[in-house]
Amino acid sequence: MLKVTSRTKRILVPVISILAGFLIGAVIMLIWNYNPIQAYSSMFSSALGNMNGIGETIREATPLIFTAIGFAIASSAGFFNIGLPGQAQAGWLASIWVVLANPNLPKVVLLPLAIIAGIVAGAIVAGIAGWLRAQFGTNEVITTIMLNYIVLYSCQYLMQQIMPSSLRLDTDTTKTIAANGSLKIDWLSSFFGDSRINAGIFLALIAVVLYWYLMKKTTTGFEIRSVGTNPYASRYAGMSTKKNIMLSMLLSGGFAGLGGVVQGLGTYQNYFTQTTSLDIGWDGLSVALLGGSTAVGILLAALLFSILKIGGLGMQTIAGIPYEIVSIVIAAIIFFIAIQYVIGRLFKDKQSPNLTAIKKEVQADNGRQK
Amino acid sequence: MSLVAILSLLVSSTFVYSAPLIFTALGGVYSENSGVTNIGLEGIMTMGAFSSIVFNLTFAGTFGKITPWLGALVGGIVGLLFSLLHAVATINFHADHIISGTVLNLMAPPLGVFLIKAIYDKGQTENISQSFGYFSFPGLANIPVIGPIFFQNTSAPAWVAIIVTIILWWVLYKTRFGLRLRSCGENPQAADTLGINVYGMRYAGVLISGFLGGIGGAIFAEAISGNFSVSTIVGQGFMALAAVIFGKWNPLGAMLASLFFGFAQSISIIGNQLPFFNHIPAVYMQIAPYVITIVVLVLFFGKSVAPAADGQNYIKSK
Repeated sequence: MLKVTSRTKRILVPVISILAGFLIGAVIMLIWNYNPIQAYSSMFSSALGNMNGIGETIREATPLIFTAIGFAIASSAGFFNIGLPGQAQAGWLASIWVVLANPNLPKVVLLPLAIIAGIVAGAIVAGIAGWLRAQFGTNEVITTIMLNYIVLYSCQYLMQQIMPSSLRLDTDTTKTIAANGSLKIDWLSSFFGDSRINAGIFLALIAVVLYWYLMKKTTTGFEIRSVGTNPYASRYAGMSTKKNIMLSMLLSGGFAGLGGVVQGLGTYQNYFTQTTSLDIGWDGLSVALLGGSTAVGILLAALLFSILKIGGLGMQTIAGIPYEIVSIVIAAIIFFIAIQYVIGRLFKDKQSPNLTAIKKEVQADNGRQK
Repeated sequence: MSLVAILSLLVSSTFVYSAPLIFTALGGVYSENSGVTNIGLEGIMTMGAFSSIVFNLTFAGTFGKITPWLGALVGGIVGLLFSLLHAVATINFHADHIISGTVLNLMAPPLGVFLIKAIYDKGQTENISQSFGYFSFPGLANIPVIGPIFFQNTSAPAWVAIIVTIILWWVLYKTRFGLRLRSCGENPQAADTLGINVYGMRYAGVLISGFLGGIGGAIFAEAISGNFSVSTIVGQGFMALAAVIFGKWNPLGAMLASLFFGFAQSISIIGNQLPFFNHIPAVYMQIAPYVITIVVLVLFFGKSVAPAADGQNYIKSK
């Protein structure tokens, strides 16, 4: 058993989880006669070996940063927001719709308008679950799952039946958005080998800083965290549980909505019919868990996931190994994060003598009170 | 369309769609009554669907008509093995139940598709030749009115599911095993004090949910989808989970809720053949089960009434 400080342990647990996840992937590949070394080397070389790969990896990470922040805010308040896919999807459709409907507005007006529309759409979807929980105590896991399906089918309906057909290419795809509403930056994508990297990444970096500032430096963040840690104590301290539930879900949904916005205005430049819940929602959840819900952790975890996903595509074409192995590795990593109690037991906390002394004093004090 | 014809169409399609939900929801009831939240039912169903389809494709020639039933059993066993992950993580390793269950959901579809690609070298399987199809009860089917509605061209798995429900209700509420299982979900400390093996009971709960969920997925695959792809089980497991809550963690309640969801799902599919329903835009029928779930949760439950220790890790103190 290794003796480490709790700070080192906080870093070691995810690192070991990642390695263990890769190992599981390797074992599965070996069982089915694929070469894991070839797989992983082609994965990393296609994700990071050229400018296009790096650009695509950053592009892939962008929405995950938003959805992960969304998940993390809700979970600090004690909510398990599984509704990220629906919230992101609502954001995607709303932002595309705003741009398509107003192609002639100047960019300074149109782009912010579309982004705000996406944030609001995501926030409304999440807000429904938050409101139901605050008002009626309804289990948010169930409501957010149900809302995912409601959004999935509603978006299909809205696009196919309600959206004017002049905005659509066919029943399943909208027209490409005007440059006025796009997050594309030509010099940036040509610098990264004509990849689909876009201004979304700058927004994502701002979001990471905002998230850090909100949770660590503001009263709002403190209240959200304390409601999540102990709702009863927080209420006793004069914080409104209902207000904080609503607030955290609205923020959570807003960030998830932004994830959808960058998919629409950045990556795809249009909206097309979705048949299942959006990947970025589920992956955002995984990213937040892996990143331990910290700002830096989320950034790094999003990049790792994107390396896996973009590299996985290369792995499939170069080494002929099914892409799904990537998702298995991701799921395995989250599994090891979930059982971090076991991984944590490999290490012993190195406690400072000072802390040990305080603990002893507290114990003695408790003894006296009894 | 005559009234009897309409009713028989409605009942048979409701039964077809309910059967997988009933089995899976029963699994959820057992897991949650033992104190382990199982949000991973979706993933368990996926593994059941995957394995039963592979079994069915491989052995249809050998076993003929009973292939789908054996396939369901195989699906159940694979579901049970898959749920071991959740059991070990939550019971021994103190994992958060929701996160661990989510892992099952994240893991199953890519694992299934990976194996399909490894076995068949393509992303989805062929259609199976031996599916559950429709079943008519000899004798009973000839009863006027009732016969055609309930016993002619009906879903055999659904009738099995209803019988299993009654048995599992009896086990949960009338046997010593059931009492012990429930005590581990209500108050594990007390159960432990009385000498009940809490870990063992919780394992039983989760593994039963894996077995039944696997069967549920297998039935869905072999009666409805007919093949396996990444989108075979989209949302069925979550619907089953909703049925567990809707049915107040009781097997009979879960069955009734599953029948209701099966009805709502089948309406959205056969709606265009029915008078009145064919005037309603499809989207309303599609989202109805989900909206109704939320409304019911709000109206009738408010604060949840899950077993008291559901979702809480029990750490035996020495």
